[in-house]
Amino acid sequence: MKHRALQFALILFGSMLVITGIKRQEVHTVLTKAINICLECIGIG
Amino acid sequence: MLRKTVQIITAVLTNSYYKGFLNGTIYKGKSKLFCVPGFNCYSCPGALGSCPIGAFQAVVNSAQYFISFYLLGFFLIIGTLLGRFVCGWLCPFGLFQEWIYKIPLRKVHLSHRYGFLKYFKYLFLLVFVIFIPILFSNAWGVGDPAYCKYICPVGTLEAGIPLLYTNESLRSAAGTLFNWKLGILLLVVLLSTKIYRFFCKYMCPLGAIYALFNKISCYHIKIDKQACNKCGNCLNACKMGGIPYEDPNSPECIRCGACKKACPVNAITTGFNIPVRKANFRRF
Repeated sequence: MKHRALQFALILFGSMLVITGIKRQEVHTVLTKAINICLECIGIG
Repeated sequence: MLRKTVQIITAVLTNSYYKGFLNGTIYKGKSKLFCVPGFNCYSCPGALGSCPIGAFQAVVNSAQYFISFYLLGFFLIIGTLLGRFVCGWLCPFGLFQEWIYKIPLRKVHLSHRYGFLKYFKYLFLLVFVIFIPILFSNAWGVGDPAYCKYICPVGTLEAGIPLLYTNESLRSAAGTLFNWKLGILLLVVLLSTKIYRFFCKYMCPLGAIYALFNKISCYHIKIDKQACNKCGNCLNACKMGGIPYEDPNSPECIRCGACKKACPVNAITTGFNIPVRKANFRRF
């Protein structure tokens, strides 16, 4: 029961963080990085 | 068999932009707003989603943000729901390492004396994914995605090699850094032929994050302590170096189910929030 309450709280808190991140437009930073070839990832930049 | 099928389907579905492999380009659609749960480079020509470790670094090393709420929330949700189930069932690089391990070479099983090596993945997480991208930046406030740039063999395998193979301009730009990363990839591949999931055990920052949730994740392993006779079959079956009958939800457990298969008395169950038998309740 204690575990379930903790799981619920963490998922709820995680969802709030995701929504905050979306509101802060962090997802656009993610998208911009992801749709351009990441030179660091491939070992060039 | 079920696990292998899920691993293959996940790897194919999340990397199904086949045109990228032919043209040396990457997918530019909106699905990349979302991260995939496993380690999958977003510069892989076939990738339809974003890599959570790459995305985290991209946000924290940008000039606008000091921390990424979006990614922290993502890690909290996926970690709480699945823990390292992601490593065992949903990660394409985990599948790759399992295939590599099938190469018939003499295998190395590191004893518990070398158990401290597992902490290196936490070191990679702290130093290369968190501290360097957050604390070190150039004059414009932009930092380095240090793990992607200096360590990540997943990026080299999934993005570097296919893109350099098909894209002439990228090939001509490759230099010392690419050779360094290629060296790391070759080392990981070589060690993965000897040690089961070498990268997952010792180098993966994403596995390190999910490991923190293993004890409380909704998907977990339960041992029926009345039925368990401590025969040690599960211990021998666990390739991640765990002791399933003592600590079934250890941070190293990737929920592969090998212990469950090996148990002669069916004392091991896996699933989402499995109800505990009343008789055993006092023992947990």
